[in-house]
Amino acid sequence: MTFTVIYLTAIVIVPLLTLPVKSYSRGWDFFVETITDPRVVASYWLTLGTSFVAACVNGALGAVVAWVLVRYRFPGRRVVDAMIDLPFALPTAVAGITLTSLYSPTGWLGSYLAGLGIQAVFSPLGITIALIFIGLPFVVRTLQPVIADLDRELEEAAVSLGANRLQVIFRVILPYLYPAWLVGFGMAFARAIGEYGSVVFIAGNMPMKTEIASLLVITKLTQYDYAGAAAVAFVLLLLSFGLLLVLNALQGWSVRRLGY
Amino acid sequence: MSANPYAALPPAREGLTEPWIVRLALTGVALIFLVTFLFIPLAFLFVEAFRGGWSAYRAAILDEAALDSIKLTLIVAAICVPANAAFGFAAAWAVTKFDFRGKRLLTALIDLPFAVSPVVAGLIFVQLFGRQGWFGPWLLEHDIKVIFALPGIVLATIFVSFPFVARELIAVMEASGREEEEAAKLLGANGWQIFRRVTLPNVKWAALGGVILCTARAMGEFGAVSVVSGRIRGETATMPIHVEILYNEYAFQASFAVASLLAIVAVVTLVLQTIVERRSRVPVEAEIR
Repeated sequence: MTFTVIYLTAIVIVPLLTLPVKSYSRGWDFFVETITDPRVVASYWLTLGTSFVAACVNGALGAVVAWVLVRYRFPGRRVVDAMIDLPFALPTAVAGITLTSLYSPTGWLGSYLAGLGIQAVFSPLGITIALIFIGLPFVVRTLQPVIADLDRELEEAAVSLGANRLQVIFRVILPYLYPAWLVGFGMAFARAIGEYGSVVFIAGNMPMKTEIASLLVITKLTQYDYAGAAAVAFVLLLLSFGLLLVLNALQGWSVRRLGY
Repeated sequence: MSANPYAALPPAREGLTEPWIVRLALTGVALIFLVTFLFIPLAFLFVEAFRGGWSAYRAAILDEAALDSIKLTLIVAAICVPANAAFGFAAAWAVTKFDFRGKRLLTALIDLPFAVSPVVAGLIFVQLFGRQGWFGPWLLEHDIKVIFALPGIVLATIFVSFPFVARELIAVMEASGREEEEAAKLLGANGWQIFRRVTLPNVKWAALGGVILCTARAMGEFGAVSVVSGRIRGETATMPIHVEILYNEYAFQASFAVASLLAIVAVVTLVLQTIVERRSRVPVEAEIR
């Protein structure tokens, strides 16, 4: 108990406290000036935008994947199921260089896209691709247990009352899955906002265009602009905490409404 | 379909699953998505790593800087994983077996590193121990190097990898309840005996699962380490940092070769995880029967 509290204080609380303190160290005006700088604002919008799109893709396709893995049987299902966690286990830098070379105009997939006139690397599309990879497990892993727990009798009852399959899906199954899906979506979104390793290689890092917020923190740090780096990081932290709070509220709401 | 044992059921079951064409389409969509985003990148990584053949692969890994990075990565993991495992047990024990004020706050704090960007995780330790940091002047006076040295890398890695063991344990210990521990206490066991004889056997698979994930994360952490390490080749470069250095020097084949080692660690992690998951499920299923 005491050990837990000391460990948490030393590793988490004290270090995190340096962030608001340091970002305020050169005064309120400096803080506001830093975070309203067009280059910083552009990086926030880029980060939020690409993260949101990636979370949406994962939300839609992740739900399909979870459904297929739980409800259908096909050869290789177990291997596929185990592979879902690959983005968790693979270091982000490894994912970053792999995706960059893969989608570069000479890479396996990039050459097809180049043929279609689409440039994947060094563009917001590339950032989104990396973020889809990073966030892939979240929706699948939050939905799987809920789908597995889904009471078949509910569906049977609906059918015996005369519902067809589409009605069962939209009136019975989806409302039941919705809270868990939202949690998975939010986790993928929050993870994407802070992501660094997988994105820096594929992004190209052009200021105002493909420079994400967490890279900007490092850029400011290498220029010895400590207060500036802290300010950008502090807002980044607040963004992900805000999301986390919303998530918690949603979880509480789903417990109250559905009991899990 | 005639072999289907359910074929004799009344037609009501039609609403219970999708038509086969829809099932096929959904499976197809799911598999195309996963193949594109998981299997192709993994295969591509190994193809690139072996682009120059076995000898080039060997040379990239047996390169002195590469060996240094492997050694450093193993040292970091060897410090961080036991520390976080100890913390995981203490935290899970405190959260699930006792009631106290601020318990929800404690649980939230344990999950915190998941919500913090790795870059931010690195930055906060620079602000504490860097030359301009809170403890910077004191450390300078005593000639202790934390940032751009091993201690900083270890601290940042501990930060990003510490929720794994605690989370796995809290989930299992919450589910198993307190009755068994209370019974042991009534029978006269002391705290350590209760832990060793009652709690530990119940949670050992979950703990192992957490340790596996924690190890993978500790070896692969990139964002936080690249902030605190200074990326000094052969000195403070862990394997992921070494991968980055090589890639930025356009030594793609060597970069992918070192990356492939980390990918192997990742795949082994997934295999072990699957095994552990199956093991940990057995007693629960036996109980239900």
